[in-house]
Amino acid sequence: MTKVLELHGITKRFGALTANDDITLSLRQGEILALLGENGAGKTTLMNILFGHYAADAGSVYVFGKELPPGVPRQAIEAGVGMVHQHFTLAGNLTVLDNVMLGSEPLSRLKSARADARVKLLKTADRFGLPIDPEAKISTLSVGERQRVEILKALCRDARILILDEPTAVLARPEAQRLFETLRDMTGEGLSLIFISHKLHEVMTADRVAVLRGGKLVAERNTTETNPAELAELMVGRKVERPTREDHRIGAPVLVAANVSIGSGEETRLDDVSFTVHEGEILGIVGVSGNGQAALGALLSGLAQPSSGGLTLRGVDASSLGPRGMIRAGAGRVPEDRHAEGVVGELSVWENAVLERLTTPQFSKNGFVRQRESKVYAEGLIKRFDIRGATPDTRARLLSGGNMQKLILGRVLSNDPCFVLANQPTRGLDEGAIASIHAELLAAREKGAAILLISEELEEAVALSDRIQAIVKGRLSAPVPAKDANPQKLGLMMAGVWAEDAHAT
Amino acid sequence: MRLERRTYMPLHLVVLAPLVAVLAALVLAAGLIAAAGVNPLMAYGEMLRGALGSQLAITEMLTRATPLIFTGLAAAVAFRAKLWNIGGEGQFFMGALVSAWIGHSLGLPGWLGVPILLIVSMAAGAALLAGPAFLRLRFGVDEVVTTLLLNFIVLLFVGLMIEGPLRDPLAFGWPSSVPVDDAFRLPDLVPRTRLHIGLVFALVAAAMVWLVLARTVFGAETRAAGLNAEAAAFAGISLQKTIMGVALLSGALAGLAGSVEVMGVTAGVTTTMSPGFGYAGIVVAMLAALHPAGVVAAAVFVATVFVGADAMSRATGVPSFIADVIVALCLLTMIVALLFTTYRVRR
Amino acid sequence: MTEAVDLLLNTSLWAAVLRIATPLIFGVLGALLCERSGVLNLGIEGIMTMGAMTGWLAVYLGAPLWMGLLVAAASGAFMGLLHATLTVPLGLSQHVSGLGITLFASALAAYLYRLIVEVGDLPPTIEPFRPLDVPILSDIPVLGPVLFGQAAPTYLALLAVAIVAYMLARAPLGLAIRMTGENPHAVEAQGLNPIRIRIGAVVAGSALMAVGGSFLTMAAFDSFFPGMVQGRGWICIALVVFASWRPGKALVGALLFAFFDAYQLRLQTVVEGVPYQLFLMAPYVLSILALIVVARRAEVPASLMVPYRRGER
Repeated sequence: MTKVLELHGITKRFGALTANDDITLSLRQGEILALLGENGAGKTTLMNILFGHYAADAGSVYVFGKELPPGVPRQAIEAGVGMVHQHFTLAGNLTVLDNVMLGSEPLSRLKSARADARVKLLKTADRFGLPIDPEAKISTLSVGERQRVEILKALCRDARILILDEPTAVLARPEAQRLFETLRDMTGEGLSLIFISHKLHEVMTADRVAVLRGGKLVAERNTTETNPAELAELMVGRKVERPTREDHRIGAPVLVAANVSIGSGEETRLDDVSFTVHEGEILGIVGVSGNGQAALGALLSGLAQPSSGGLTLRGVDASSLGPRGMIRAGAGRVPEDRHAEGVVGELSVWENAVLERLTTPQFSKNGFVRQRESKVYAEGLIKRFDIRGATPDTRARLLSGGNMQKLILGRVLSNDPCFVLANQPTRGLDEGAIASIHAELLAAREKGAAILLISEELEEAVALSDRIQAIVKGRLSAPVPAKDANPQKLGLMMAGVWAEDAHAT
Repeated sequence: MRLERRTYMPLHLVVLAPLVAVLAALVLAAGLIAAAGVNPLMAYGEMLRGALGSQLAITEMLTRATPLIFTGLAAAVAFRAKLWNIGGEGQFFMGALVSAWIGHSLGLPGWLGVPILLIVSMAAGAALLAGPAFLRLRFGVDEVVTTLLLNFIVLLFVGLMIEGPLRDPLAFGWPSSVPVDDAFRLPDLVPRTRLHIGLVFALVAAAMVWLVLARTVFGAETRAAGLNAEAAAFAGISLQKTIMGVALLSGALAGLAGSVEVMGVTAGVTTTMSPGFGYAGIVVAMLAALHPAGVVAAAVFVATVFVGADAMSRATGVPSFIADVIVALCLLTMIVALLFTTYRVRR
Repeated sequence: MTEAVDLLLNTSLWAAVLRIATPLIFGVLGALLCERSGVLNLGIEGIMTMGAMTGWLAVYLGAPLWMGLLVAAASGAFMGLLHATLTVPLGLSQHVSGLGITLFASALAAYLYRLIVEVGDLPPTIEPFRPLDVPILSDIPVLGPVLFGQAAPTYLALLAVAIVAYMLARAPLGLAIRMTGENPHAVEAQGLNPIRIRIGAVVAGSALMAVGGSFLTMAAFDSFFPGMVQGRGWICIALVVFASWRPGKALVGALLFAFFDAYQLRLQTVVEGVPYQLFLMAPYVLSILALIVVARRAEVPASLMVPYRRGER
């Protein structure tokens, strides 16, 4: 079989970090190759080099036998390479057709050939089974539809090789399944595909899988000749055991949400949700991103108030406490995005450690910050939570993802909270960091904290939670005890299939 | 060739940045001086002599630096919180006007009256900036345009008042407001010069601003809000309160500039009493990398350029606008210099 | 009171509207072009001053009027290139860079003027653009002088609106500019260079701004003095928001504003006892009000003021 794509000795460094280390890989005509690796293994970097977003420090790329000049996306596109980015490269205020057409005509042309482009778009959409309305504004489309536009963008530029970066990160199971069927059909139409994933079961749908670890290519296998367990070990390199949960007695209710709604009509973000988190329990909320997790997180962080319904923390009304009030009432919060919300990168570790409790007597007096006490406190956090690469004065931006998350979790847990919101606590972290975070959460559970875990990773939710509820379009399913939770059932729940009368307690 | 974020900011580069920026600006301006047919080195020599070459020159320069310290502090405080207060000019005039107005007939001894006038001018400046700050918080209206437009409105208002209710019947030729009472004229720091104790007020203000920014909870919250508003909100910092607090402080400082200038130098208010103190304050703040201590040094530099340029112009015939050119260039060269403290250039 | 209304019936008022609107039209178009690509250009006040001075100076030194416009445009383009270099590839603060450009361009204009031109008791003048007085058409009552008796640059301004509007809506270049202002990563992913597009838009926009400034010294008046732009640049920035970043609405906004300005000028002569400063304040107050009115529903280009750093997501 002909090789349509060859990467030879690709190396890429960012400062001290070697993201890709002498990688040689090829793709054959009509095959689906999966690129597997945990977060930070170098998969996206490699594909960005292929598409021209970055130029490699060493090595070369051959597409259909011809060498590709590095660092120029236009050349890659003209050679027939298309990319479906993980974070969609779409302009929300413009239409589908605008987004698809951009770049396909020379800028010197006086009039855009919109009618022709529309015809081509509709034909391509039809051919590959990806229906779309050319005049729809991107901001009105669902996530799945936007992904369709991303794909059509590449197909309308006559891509013969398609790269998909974590394509199912934002899709529910049934949608993900349909996507893989579509991908298989595409190979029938003469395309060759690479997709990046860190999900083992998905990777098995490909023809071959290449495993990246720490920037190096550690293995290539035909999927018929391997299994998820072997791949997991190749991906992680050593047997990193994630800590396991042990059943124990659950105590009294700590946080109770009763019929909470946020927003109304078109703008409903949470729709009549009810749940209870008990002492010593982890309640897992699973769902595909974009189904109300952000609103739920905002509610429990003190940043959003319910439009109706009630929220109580240890019996006290917690619906309008605000972040500081929540903290004073014993709540701790780990935000979804550590860079955007969790930490002020340009401030030091100690300033970040005390930021949310600045107005408490421990860290301030008469309006002045108690710097010495704060630094001592930060020093304590660093030791207790094993935050590497940090002194109290280190700029927070310099910490790795895992260490930043440990800092955030540390400042929460050291306050002995009665309730903890853990919102996507291990997103983007490597196995070692994930294991640390899980261990801390389970330890807090042991000590009696009530923890609400919002997660997009089913495996994590099942491993840590005592009970699980699914969130779909702002509504919550009834809770399912951990022992009854299996992937199929959870997949169905996440797709919205649950008995209508089964509401939560 | 691209920019790569540095992992740490080398201290020597941070201190060097304003010096390099100033040097670059002077070199670029030298070209313009040469275009006037004058030897740049000779011109700069005259400039230094005009600003620093005698006790009189130095006191003139320091007199000029005094309002610049205040407006520089005003800009620094605001810019740290990403509140783009370009209205320093208007706030200056409001502070000046209110001081002259109330100070004209306030029958109190000096030691009581002066602090009152200072407070009143702070309130005036703060109130003026509170408007645009409110519009931003409530309606999302960009404060750059509103503060800028307010400058024009305030200047017209000052003209209106000076030609009307606050008219000084004794002023011949050029319209001026009624002067502030003699009791509130600030004593000279150096006798028989224009240098007044307002300079001391300015230095005290700089020290207090430093204290607030570096050591207080408000200062910490301001910094967090300016660097990452989302994370600050998550931590429970009220962005509304912080921005408004910063606006009040910044406006107050600029208002102080006007009051001190009236009590120390001009006694009355005219529409031409500010050669752009508000705008120059922005350059001062940037040269100081928004640090209160740096503001004092930068204000001295900018005052040197302005005072020196007048002398240089008289001596060489180079238009004195060269001072404005140099100061403006400093702003541009400074942000480029700051870039190199944050990023390094990679092939 | 009736005199105030009578003013509205005066043809010269309406002729003045187009005349007063011309620099604003150029300014708003220029600012709009920059912002559509994602760059706020606060250098406008200085660039308009620079355009006013350089255009006038070229004519003063003997060039024909059309050459003066070109020189003004070139000086604007140069300042635009400076601003673009600082804010696009270097990614520096658009606010600070813009302010710096305004301060620099204003100061440079004043300096060069003072250096080159001998100023006596009265500032020197040039022979400005005269109203075209199109034969026959300009004799039509009312409409004639208003529509056909304007100076040439005014028609240029109207033409510019049409060209920019068409380009943004229909041409591939226009789509690329709009996309760059919404999501530059999307532009790069389609094989185009968002940095070059932004730089080009800012340079072109700045040239337009400068031509707007030159109208002041080459048509509306016939001499230059520092500070003559009087905040028109800032008003243009406000008008861009008011126009929702659309050329057609920008034209309407500029005309509306010019109307109020023209009316206010004439009202001063008719209304007794009100200090003239209050009238002069009206344009600025109006601009602030306009901003408040549209603030809520402003459809800002999503990547306006967001620096584009390749690879940084």
